[in-house]
Amino acid sequence: MDLRRAPRTVIDPKVRHVGFFAPPDRSQSATISPSSPPLSDLSPSGTSLSPVMIPPPRHLSDLASHAIPSPVHRFSGESVIPVGSYNPSEFASPSVADFFEDKSNARSPGPRRSRGAGGGSGKIASSLPAGGFELPPEVKPKSLTTVSVVSNLQTNVTGKVGERSIESQDGSGANPNQPLKEKASKAERRALQEAQRAAKAAAKAGGNGVGNMKTGKANSVQKKDNASVASISEKRLGDHKDKDRKKDIPHPRMQFDDATRVEKAKKRAIVKQTEVRNRVELFRHLPQYEHGTKLPHLESQFFHPNSNSVHPAVYKVGLRYLAGDISGGNARCIAMLQAFQESIMEYCAPQEKALNRDLTSKINSYVSFLIECRPLSISMGNAIKFVKTQIANLPLTLSESEAKANLLSEINHFINEKIILADKVIVRHAVTKVRDGDVLLTYGSSSAVEMILLHAHELGKRFRVVIVDSRPKLEGRLLLRRLVGKGISCTYVHINATSFIMHEVTRVFLGASSVLANGTVYSRVGTACVAMVANACGVPVIVCCEAYKFHERVQLDSICCNELGDPDAISKVHGRDEVNHLKDIADNENLQLLNLTYDVTPSDYVSMIITDYGMIPPTSVPVIIREFRKEQVWSG
Amino acid sequence: MWWRSASFILDRNDNESVPKPESRLLSHMAPENPNPPINKISAYYQTRAAHHAVVTSDWLAQAQAAVGPDQDAKPSDPDSSEKPPFSVIQEFNSWRKQPDLAEAVAAIRALASVIRSSEANTIAELQSELKTASDSLKSWDTTSISLTAGCDLFMRYITRTSAFEYEDFNSAKSRFLERAEKFGEISYKARKIIAMLGQDFIFNGCTILVHGFSRVVLEILKTAAESGKIFRVLCTEGRPDRTGLRFANELAKVDVPVKLLIDSAVAYSMDEVDMVFVGADGVVESGGIINMMGTYQIALVAKTMDKPVYVAAESYKFARLYPLDQKDMVPAVRAIDFGVPIPSKVEVETSARDYTPPQYLTLLFTDLGVLTPSVVSDELIQLYL
Repeated sequence: MDLRRAPRTVIDPKVRHVGFFAPPDRSQSATISPSSPPLSDLSPSGTSLSPVMIPPPRHLSDLASHAIPSPVHRFSGESVIPVGSYNPSEFASPSVADFFEDKSNARSPGPRRSRGAGGGSGKIASSLPAGGFELPPEVKPKSLTTVSVVSNLQTNVTGKVGERSIESQDGSGANPNQPLKEKASKAERRALQEAQRAAKAAAKAGGNGVGNMKTGKANSVQKKDNASVASISEKRLGDHKDKDRKKDIPHPRMQFDDATRVEKAKKRAIVKQTEVRNRVELFRHLPQYEHGTKLPHLESQFFHPNSNSVHPAVYKVGLRYLAGDISGGNARCIAMLQAFQESIMEYCAPQEKALNRDLTSKINSYVSFLIECRPLSISMGNAIKFVKTQIANLPLTLSESEAKANLLSEINHFINEKIILADKVIVRHAVTKVRDGDVLLTYGSSSAVEMILLHAHELGKRFRVVIVDSRPKLEGRLLLRRLVGKGISCTYVHINATSFIMHEVTRVFLGASSVLANGTVYSRVGTACVAMVANACGVPVIVCCEAYKFHERVQLDSICCNELGDPDAISKVHGRDEVNHLKDIADNENLQLLNLTYDVTPSDYVSMIITDYGMIPPTSVPVIIREFRKEQVWSG
Repeated sequence: MWWRSASFILDRNDNESVPKPESRLLSHMAPENPNPPINKISAYYQTRAAHHAVVTSDWLAQAQAAVGPDQDAKPSDPDSSEKPPFSVIQEFNSWRKQPDLAEAVAAIRALASVIRSSEANTIAELQSELKTASDSLKSWDTTSISLTAGCDLFMRYITRTSAFEYEDFNSAKSRFLERAEKFGEISYKARKIIAMLGQDFIFNGCTILVHGFSRVVLEILKTAAESGKIFRVLCTEGRPDRTGLRFANELAKVDVPVKLLIDSAVAYSMDEVDMVFVGADGVVESGGIINMMGTYQIALVAKTMDKPVYVAAESYKFARLYPLDQKDMVPAVRAIDFGVPIPSKVEVETSARDYTPPQYLTLLFTDLGVLTPSVVSDELIQLYL
């Protein structure tokens, strides 16, 4: 059953203008994949990018592997457009525009069209006034394989970008005449790419880190160019790109529908994963791996540093993600940044390489590793984008130690300002909305909401709390324990009692993993239910989210981008082994276990969002992104 | 008689008889109006004033006394002690006496004159003087949202650039003054701009429902009438202020056909209404409005029956409040006179205003243009952050 959307060949990007428009100078740094056929169709319509477009996740472009004439693969940082039923690239922001999918890679037959292509061209069009790199309309949606599509970024985009891309092209040895080349026949290009890939594979024996270096360099050039790139996925993708020519590492946005791509990804993966037995058809575009198989293997590898090029601190953080020790957007982000800090501290730039390029590629490799352990959260993605921008913007004149000190202090600054202080501001605003006699409801365990409740209690307000919890994670129990320990009177219910208890509630406070550009809240699964019931009962819903977690993309449903957890957690109850009704039928091919991690709450259910910029209605999220992200991400 | 189509024009003759009984009633009421001319204070404040039997001079004296110590504390030259210390309240009240001037505009003008007559020598001093003056104005009426918002916006607007720090004091001061005057002008003209924008939405043959006595809405209707549009107005009575009656009076003066409804008859008459016009005491960050009690009810009925609700509000009324529900605001009470004595153990809901959430509002007519409710936050963010 093919539940994917019918492939669309043309996406008309002029659909929505959500009030902000990413500056076109985000260079997509064109990838230089001269020979790869311009990504298919980045839709001929190539017109305006819908600003709402989500930067396509960056998948490792295995594009890079093919067809890059120069030994270094340079991917413009931008992502490969995942192909598949859902192609977020359609929504890519202008910056992301331009990337082509490499069709030379295994092309999966089937309905997949280059969605990405469509999106890409759209983007290009918008960002660029018809650069020479415009995708030739003939590039048709070939079946783009999912992730591994190469993001052949075109360096189109605006003039600025164009220049940069040219630079990057030059830097990477890309051929500035690329656009012309793209018009070469596909067959020829394919042949060329295959040959190159074979040569590369041969040359690439040994550590998987090698490829990283090369691609890293290219990437870092692009990174610099892309300093103003907006979307994190772009960045991430770019990182991954250089990591691997092939898209070996399953990117969170990688579409896992394509078997060949997944195969390739597995070959390069640091973490060995086995696919889960019964994959849920609707979510075939998301990675579904057996849980519990990665951890022991990784642990055993910890003391063999040569087997991976990952710094021990990062490795440790990755293991902790995998084991579920660290969860929650802020915690994961801070842990990751601190691991990066350690690794930067111990980093020594190799002689012949520029610090920022090399460091960027290292960071990219770390990020890929972390993704293998657990797909990135949006907060982490934004933080990575920030780090890379900082690296890219380091003045070249700094000595290594100065540069490192600079970076460390910037990261510290980010943590302090965007997370810790932001939380304080949020708490200060939110306690004004807590009155005596209130009954506050919260779902799961959000660090921001916990701080608000504790602070309100300290201020002496009299209120009680209802904690709604749900299986399989049962995160609410930890919150319950902490609140009761402080003397707050709490009620604990499971999510199936939400409508039962809602009539007693006066306010609902929710946390968020991210807030998307149209005011949609992306948060732990179950949040949408709670918000909906609250809305139906006329109870105001207040979402507390730091501004660094805002993201420009727009998501309409919870399917296209999500994270799947361990399906066994659903069938088993922790601590009660006798409750295992599914044990006989677990392997039945008709049974599919689905354990989603996130869901989206439409903005209609949200009354107010409290951020470090104050209390704003959900419709003002793009305003905040527009006004304040620019400074953070692109000013560098 | 009045149907939704424009063919009512043929029936106009039938409507002449309507206003007479009301005008008699109005004239009967006129002597009851307290001293400050009705026009210049919005109904809400006027009722407060009437209720406390406060005449301007009493208030002045009181406010003067309150502000007095501050005046002395201000760093003023010894020789200035000859002339009476500059009182911002005094200035405010003198502005307020002008007919048709909104309170917030009066406050803005008063603050501008604070700058003009300030003897501070540094920018910091000037700013602190302004802050004191603004605080004293706000304390004159703590429940007035437009006053608070107007003062805050004024402070924000004129102190926006930091380039002031690098200039010498006098040029900075004159720059401040210039911006203050400009802000005052804009605010003063706001009503005219809104009238121009709003009257485009009135088409020939339409029926408009209004609630509360908003001078901006009155201005819109007057402008439309003057440009020859033919329409009629349904006015709610607006108990207990009887603002509807005053409004009807004003409209009758410009020959606009007007019909009075009791507040409970709004749903009954809503099907013959084409659009609803209300003013606002304050526009909050979510895009909703705070206005005279009854506005929320009318907006709910209008939304259910698919009638657009248009709000006419000047941009200085944008406040950084965010009420989540009706009780989430600073309460503003007024006593209600039922005409008969009420036993003391019967409680009376005395709140004077309510909050209308943005989903019930269609458009906001402001001097910044015709906006949707979600733009309010955009503007506030740009101004405040």
